Amino acid sequence: MVPLSYYLVLSGVLFACGVTGFLIKRNIITIFMSIELMLNGVNLSFVAFAAHWHALSGQIFVFFVMVVAAAEAAVGLAIIIAVYRTRETLNVDQVNLLKL
Amino acid sequence: MSLAFQASQALPRGTDYLRILPELVLSIFGMIIMVLDPVVDQRRNQKALGTLALIGSLAAIASTLWQARAPGLAFWNMVQVDTFSVFFHFLITTITAVVILTSYEYMEVQQIRVGEYYALILFGAVGMCLMSSAVELVLIFIALEISSISTYILAGFRRRAAISSEASIKYFLLGSFATAFFLYGVALMFGATGSTSIPTIEQHLRSGSIPVLAYVAIALMFVGLGFKVAAAPFHVWTPDVYEGAPAPIVGFMSTAPKAAVFAVLLRIMFQIHAPGRLGLIWVAAALSMTLGNIGALVQQNVKRLLAYSSIAHAGYLLVAFAALPQNGIPSAMFYTASYAAMNIGAFAVVSHFGGAGERYVTLEDYSGLGRRSPVLAAALTLFLLSLIGIPITAGFFAKFYVFSAALQANLVGLVIIGVINSAVAAYYYLRVIVVVYMHDPRDESVLPAVPLELGAALAITALTTIYLGLLPGRVLDYASRSAGDLLH
Amino acid sequence: MLHLVLFLIFGAICVAGAVNLLVQRHPINSALSLVAVMASLAVEYLLLGAEFVAAVQVIVYAGAIMVLFVFVIMLLNAGEEARTGGSRVAILFGIPGMLAGSLLVAWVLITHSGTQEVSAGALPGPPREIANLLFHDFLLPFEVTSVLVLIAIMGAVVLAARPESIEQQKREG
Repeated sequence: MVPLSYYLVLSGVLFACGVTGFLIKRNIITIFMSIELMLNGVNLSFVAFAAHWHALSGQIFVFFVMVVAAAEAAVGLAIIIAVYRTRETLNVDQVNLLKL
Repeated sequence: MSLAFQASQALPRGTDYLRILPELVLSIFGMIIMVLDPVVDQRRNQKALGTLALIGSLAAIASTLWQARAPGLAFWNMVQVDTFSVFFHFLITTITAVVILTSYEYMEVQQIRVGEYYALILFGAVGMCLMSSAVELVLIFIALEISSISTYILAGFRRRAAISSEASIKYFLLGSFATAFFLYGVALMFGATGSTSIPTIEQHLRSGSIPVLAYVAIALMFVGLGFKVAAAPFHVWTPDVYEGAPAPIVGFMSTAPKAAVFAVLLRIMFQIHAPGRLGLIWVAAALSMTLGNIGALVQQNVKRLLAYSSIAHAGYLLVAFAALPQNGIPSAMFYTASYAAMNIGAFAVVSHFGGAGERYVTLEDYSGLGRRSPVLAAALTLFLLSLIGIPITAGFFAKFYVFSAALQANLVGLVIIGVINSAVAAYYYLRVIVVVYMHDPRDESVLPAVPLELGAALAITALTTIYLGLLPGRVLDYASRSAGDLLH
Repeated sequence: MLHLVLFLIFGAICVAGAVNLLVQRHPINSALSLVAVMASLAVEYLLLGAEFVAAVQVIVYAGAIMVLFVFVIMLLNAGEEARTGGSRVAILFGIPGMLAGSLLVAWVLITHSGTQEVSAGALPGPPREIANLLFHDFLLPFEVTSVLVLIAIMGAVVLAARPESIEQQKREG
């Protein structure tokens, strides 16, 4: 038997790793992978809470998150290809025609 | 349980479909456009496909009005049609129609393939409409993603310009980042209450003591949604994306998805009685107003200036969320509608004046516009005055209702910050008007005539701006009734 | 006891994979460590009694989505990450803010979600129940995802297609 909070802490750690990756990585593809890591952390929370509440709707949510992640991946990678074509780089610091 | 019984239970009925009719109409027209796009001749089909999209959005407006007579729940408590959802459906479908009108000329001048463009606008509108009527976080999440993904793509539609694909990637990365936060908030809310249905969550939170988890959940959801409406401190993407995206699309994405997200926020903040609402909103509203207006002061590019102005307006709108529900909700709804009218109008002018490749977008380019094209200059002036909040324009009553709602909730500090900010904002809007009328034109070349469709769009937005500024009563009454519907 | 041991082993693999994703400089290494994270998450789902989610996690997430990532990394021939400074805003505000936020969330999770135990078999989750929910209660979201997927397909085609002018520029330059 594993306490619920163990699962939640694991999911929080994965989410935090994703946020850190988003902030420190410089390669666009890796940044995007960090976002996927965040979504995975969230999914673990959903499944753990679903078991906690005996409510299957939490698992259903996970399926929808996966669909959305797949759609985002398709569009995101296409955008990355488009950027690479015009700039020939994948470094976010060099994608800087637009300045803050 | 017999199989026949299960089957009759499992099938949606006619009223279920009626309650998602605008979405159905929009998606069917989107699909027709996709199918026709390769069939029709590219050079001649520009207008034909645009007109088809326009008919689709008009049909969606009509079906919204029809749907309004049959309020209720549909698809097993997924969707709720009431005056609140009808208000936002009407607003979003109208925005779609007007944006399609402003796109006709733009697409021709910029030589962009139109088929996917119009289809994406219609599909995006499906997501935004669903957001305003969904009462289940699963559906809200899917609808939010439909609206976001279609705008990520539309932002990158100027394929020839490098800044457009950069705008797209920035918008995409930060937007997905925000989605993850929203999702984590939903997960924690599910953990706190055991449900993802908004009415159930409300009952659960009302019945017992509020778990601390719910506070964190609301905060995380607010971070996610705050990104989408460009509220500070989550606004950094806005100027870049607005500068790089096609001008009519900026008009679209600064109004329609924002209206939809505000509808979701209204549901989450007021229908759920979100715990810890006041502190969150206070900080975000004050920061958005201040950072937006300060940022706008130094901008030389008109699109960036309007981007910062939209951050500031998100701030004014958030003030309404800190007020009491019975006047906060109607004033927020009224503000959304007024802001949509004036902002789409302003971007319609920008998109016409920009020319091929959007060359003329700096403030200097606008000098002498009053002499070169009196009609465009007058329209732009009206929209800018309304954005300042001058009486007899929509912006005045919008700000007035928001601030008076906040005063009734004793939010004196927030109102003072808002009024000071409105005064600061007047400076940079007036600066544009001064350039338009007082400076000598740098370039005497004759501007292309305003085409019929763009003229119609300008007329609609200008008339709405003035109508809401002179006779706000009807819209406000309707919004108040919606607030009643939302709260019960 | 066995559950706890399995949880700890695969949880450790998860965290190690996530940290490795951050440390590695080459995107392909990061992608492979993400696959490791996803696969061990599937085991965690099994421990929670979500067999179907675990299967879909491996097939869709670790399979389809990550293949797409690896494919694009290969297509663009992405090399090692350049060591550029990174944005100061991220390091000044992002990291401390993130740390504070995650500490807060961790505290809330530990103190307020109780230490109730969950285990495999606690939840009736055979595909039949899931299908009942997915195709009845959640029918509308399920159907609406078709619009989402349609948009994604269309977007991928529009954005990844080669614009004519870039080809022209290449020919001229």
